[in-house]
Amino acid sequence: MSISREEVLHIAKLARLSLTEEEVEMYTHQLGEILNYIQKLNELDVDNIEPMKHVLHIVNVLRDDKNLPSLSREDVLKNAPEHDGEYFKVPKVLKTE
Amino acid sequence: MNWEIVIGLEVHVQLKTQSKAFCGCKTTYGSPPNSQTCPVCLGYPGALPVLNREVVNSAIKAGLATHSKIRYRSGFARKNYFYPDLPKGYQISQYTDPICYDGYIQIPTEEGKKKIGLIRIHMEEDAGKSMHTENGTLIDLNRCGIPLLEIVSCPDIRSPQEAYTYLTTLKQIIRYTGISDCNMEEGSLRCDANLSVRPMGEKTLGTRTELKNMNSFHGVEKALAYEANRQITCLEAGEPIEQQTLLWNEQTQRAEPMRSKEESHDYRYFPEPDLVDVQLTDAWIQDIKAVMPELPEERLSRFIKHYGLSEEDSLVLTAEHEIADYFEAAVQGFQDISLMNHWIRGEILRILKEKQISIDQCPISPKALRDLLTYLLNKKITPQTAKTVLDNMVKTGESADKIIEKKGLLSITSSEELDALIRNIVEKHPEEVKKYRQGKTQLLGFFMGQVMKATKGRADQKITRHILQRYLDATEE
Repeated sequence: MSISREEVLHIAKLARLSLTEEEVEMYTHQLGEILNYIQKLNELDVDNIEPMKHVLHIVNVLRDDKNLPSLSREDVLKNAPEHDGEYFKVPKVLKTE
Repeated sequence: MNWEIVIGLEVHVQLKTQSKAFCGCKTTYGSPPNSQTCPVCLGYPGALPVLNREVVNSAIKAGLATHSKIRYRSGFARKNYFYPDLPKGYQISQYTDPICYDGYIQIPTEEGKKKIGLIRIHMEEDAGKSMHTENGTLIDLNRCGIPLLEIVSCPDIRSPQEAYTYLTTLKQIIRYTGISDCNMEEGSLRCDANLSVRPMGEKTLGTRTELKNMNSFHGVEKALAYEANRQITCLEAGEPIEQQTLLWNEQTQRAEPMRSKEESHDYRYFPEPDLVDVQLTDAWIQDIKAVMPELPEERLSRFIKHYGLSEEDSLVLTAEHEIADYFEAAVQGFQDISLMNHWIRGEILRILKEKQISIDQCPISPKALRDLLTYLLNKKITPQTAKTVLDNMVKTGESADKIIEKKGLLSITSSEELDALIRNIVEKHPEEVKKYRQGKTQLLGFFMGQVMKATKGRADQKITRHILQRYLDATEE
């Protein structure tokens, strides 16, 4: 099983990655190899095996509805490339675009 | 050709928990931007979400209130998309195994009650808020991670009006359960819609479009009417409907297509590895059932049966559970239920409307109203005085006792006192007396008015009328 060039471009777009022509080729090849490797599992008969959604066999890890301290805004904004002291600033995004 | 409109609604309600869905940050609305975040809701690497038990309880309540089936084992999935107000790059949601499914609510229509099916109710987290300004987009992440329930209806809705009724009914039910405020202005209730049309009688569904960005129930109704009209016009002109997402523009009153498809339906869901499944038990669901408040339909029929109120009165009193609570608190130990109903529907709701406040902000407590009406019931004050006292209570915040005592507003029920007063008035108006005796008996109203004026509305009506008639009907001059 391999992956098409279009699929790679589609995934890159969803992840907002811009790839060079060489990268597109490289990832098409690498992702194809990964998929081929995983494909091996299809050789096994798993008809009588429950799908495993999680490696842990525990359920109900829950917390009570209690507040814990949040980070200070200063800390929260500290690593942002751009902010105005209150908000994060990002390049203009238009909902319709 | 006759067309049938087919509508399905997706409603998001924000849960009224103290803390977020997967971390302990506060959920207070209107806090300073970016003041309620932590490594979990900011999506920092290595942070581990832990599910808030109250979110599960709220989802069970919503399920029970909507006749839904509850899934005993359900889990979370990642819904992947890229947007600046979603720092993790995915939203934690439920996908294949929503906690509630196959429910319904009943909405009133002209042909009686109609069932609208619910496909699913699932738990998820909210994203942050983006504000688009001239020089860039500002992001506030306080809302990130606030718990939501997404309630998805079946395509059972047949008109924009029905959609409106569905929303008001659903809001009423959810508000009764106490899990959400369902306040569209504050964004604690949001609604997206799917609409398609088909020739009447046709079984298969037409191509649907999705409508977003409506910010009121009437906005939803108008957007749906607009879009139904557009689709019908297209089809009648022989043009096919393109499956697309449209944004409702409140200013232009038009639904405008999103310019790029944004490949938005490719969310690449997969099981959320950071969270384990929720496994419910009968005992857990029983515990929730035990604390479930009475729902609108039950309360309505109880008001009719228990209090002997009309359906119309009961509908008004149970429209919001806070009003129903107010009525029940006020009527406690009060003999005249109809009088109480009359005053709450008339005066209290008028005050709320004038002041644009909700009943929990009402300046007159249920007990204060009962105290006032007890004076009226015992004929210690007249209905006219009662209104004056109520207005004074609203203005000053003082009790009925205090106002009545201070202003000396007790009714005049003493026959002697009224007799003297009335004789005086009758003597002062010989012309009117004459006319009355000549048969113009409607002048009784004039004399009643004079007495009320002289006593500032404090004269007991029954006694006054009795005395007046005695004087007026006396034949000898």
